[in-house]
Amino acid sequence: MSEVAVVGFAQAPNVRRTPGTTNGVEMLVPVFHRLLADTSLSKQDIGFWCSGSSDYLAGRAFSFIAAVDAIGAFPPIMESHVEMDAAWALYEAWVKIRTGEVETALVYGFGKSSAGELRRVMAMQMDPYLTTPLWPDTVGLAGLQARLGLDAGLWSQRDMAAVAAASRRAALSNADAQLSGETTVEELLRQPYIADPLRAHDCAPITDGAAAIILAAGDKARELSERPAWITGFEHRIDTPLIGARDLTTSPSTIAAAKAAGIDGVQVAELYAPFTHQEILLRQALGLGEEVRVNPSGGVLAGNPLFAAGLIRIGAAAAEIRAGRADKAMAHATSGPLLQQNLVCVLEGR
Amino acid sequence: MVTISSEPLSAPLNVGFDYTRSLGPVLGRFATGLREHKIAGVRGSDGRILVPPTEYDPVTAEKLTEFVDVATEGVVQTWSWIPQPLAGQPLQHPFAWALIKLDGADTGLLHAVDAGSPDRMSTGMRVRVRWAAEPIGSIRDIECFEPLDNEPTEREPGAGDPVTMVTTPIHLTYQHAASPEESRYLRGLAEGKLLGQRCPACEKVYIPPRGSCPTDGVPTEDEIELPDHGVVTTFCVVNVPFLGQRIKPPYVAAYILLEGADIAFLHLVLGCEASEVRMGMRVRAAWRPRDQWGTTLENIDHFEPTGEPDAPYESYSQHL
Repeated sequence: MSEVAVVGFAQAPNVRRTPGTTNGVEMLVPVFHRLLADTSLSKQDIGFWCSGSSDYLAGRAFSFIAAVDAIGAFPPIMESHVEMDAAWALYEAWVKIRTGEVETALVYGFGKSSAGELRRVMAMQMDPYLTTPLWPDTVGLAGLQARLGLDAGLWSQRDMAAVAAASRRAALSNADAQLSGETTVEELLRQPYIADPLRAHDCAPITDGAAAIILAAGDKARELSERPAWITGFEHRIDTPLIGARDLTTSPSTIAAAKAAGIDGVQVAELYAPFTHQEILLRQALGLGEEVRVNPSGGVLAGNPLFAAGLIRIGAAAAEIRAGRADKAMAHATSGPLLQQNLVCVLEGR
Repeated sequence: MVTISSEPLSAPLNVGFDYTRSLGPVLGRFATGLREHKIAGVRGSDGRILVPPTEYDPVTAEKLTEFVDVATEGVVQTWSWIPQPLAGQPLQHPFAWALIKLDGADTGLLHAVDAGSPDRMSTGMRVRVRWAAEPIGSIRDIECFEPLDNEPTEREPGAGDPVTMVTTPIHLTYQHAASPEESRYLRGLAEGKLLGQRCPACEKVYIPPRGSCPTDGVPTEDEIELPDHGVVTTFCVVNVPFLGQRIKPPYVAAYILLEGADIAFLHLVLGCEASEVRMGMRVRAAWRPRDQWGTTLENIDHFEPTGEPDAPYESYSQHL
């Protein structure tokens, strides 16, 4: 089967609120232009298009159809959509290339999280029979998970604040980040709780954004990029949606996906951890040692455009490979409540 | 060209729907029990008692059938404090979310705890159910949990046929924004103008204008004012009544291609018998009185026949 590599990545700035539409066209058009220019490809050269987004963020049905305008979809194209983070769209595109059906694919994700009341909108991803009717909010749920780890001694509030401070510091070198800056753990620990035991800095900010990646097969990838980021492992797994029946202090599906994808020896990890304790949880679950650079982009605590943020983790990990800063990297994406569904993508440079 | 505000138009968008779902044997039994002030769990393949019960085992995916009643008191496994509750949550004053392991259960049930203050919350604290005033067979029959030292609230259980359905009202609020191009078009309508925009690459004229030309992937830019008359490219006769319908069937919904435009839009054709409408028929806008105009295509009440000879098929065939 074909080898597949990331040969291009571009993203819109992560911002608290765009004035644009929920169909993402205004954010996506410049991203596509930059991405195609960087790879010297035209839209006619793209064999398959795949996107990730959500009607619940937009508040209307089939909102992704309007985003297809940004592609310039005439004459007709081969196109697909997942109602998940675009990291899963990238999985679909990877399969499409692996099976030899196409040689190139462009994957994009977008979300205008600011359009609705995000903490309520996200209740729609819960079990609709017994959980959504209570309207549990994402921050309150994350607080349940954070306290389990605090009580078990797996992390402290100081450890959590240290993750936030490190994220903002790393994001100083990321021009697209929403939150960045120098701060101290002491300063962060003086802040009030928004949902005890979580403070504002423990939670990823509400972010509007979009991103896109171009994948290519074998020789085509070598032609398009001096140092393609080859995808050498790609897996996703799911845990039960019943949060009360899971051990919330770990992530069995992440561990299983990472094992299957083969993360031994990674030098960089881009983890989709929208809460500080989840970054610690994932590092522990994956056994990532001190030698692994985690979230050099600042991660999603520096900007969390839903439905694009997982794709951005893959783009950021690939950027580390393509720039020669690492030979092996992993990207992680999550979906569903409290790390329910997890995807791991391993990338290598040669 | 008149310069009008460049800020895109936006407006509140309220979405509401009552989701009605059938519960099946497992969740139906749980809901029926709640109405009677009983809490049912189910024995998992590893012997654990799962509450709420699940149809299939979370680990092995095995079908589960052995029900076990558990207590209405239990222990807080973990909690988070919500100082400002959101609409729809179990309590509208500050409360704690908690995973509660009921006595006899092995898993945590998500619900609210009414403790008054975070100082009264702790992991391991014991809580009991406060039942809702009017049980209907829903997770909301548990109004919330409360600390054991609260004075118990006496509530009567309900009765009736087994619960088979649950209805969950969903109401979400958004701020919906139009694109910059759509905003110019909508503001034009408020002045009685039909504004299209031309793609700089293929020169096609779109109304409403597009954020991106579907052929070229670039924003449409040059503004074109279009006349309020054109031809029917295709149409359908609506004979079916439906919720929210404003006109009595039969009536005609048609694609109207304005003169000079390269894309047709959907509107009504009235002013003649539905059976008389045909492809190529020339129509003109029937505008509402000016004092009723807003930033909406509803300023045009409908299109009506002009009585001129039909347009030849070749003149619109490439726009079908």
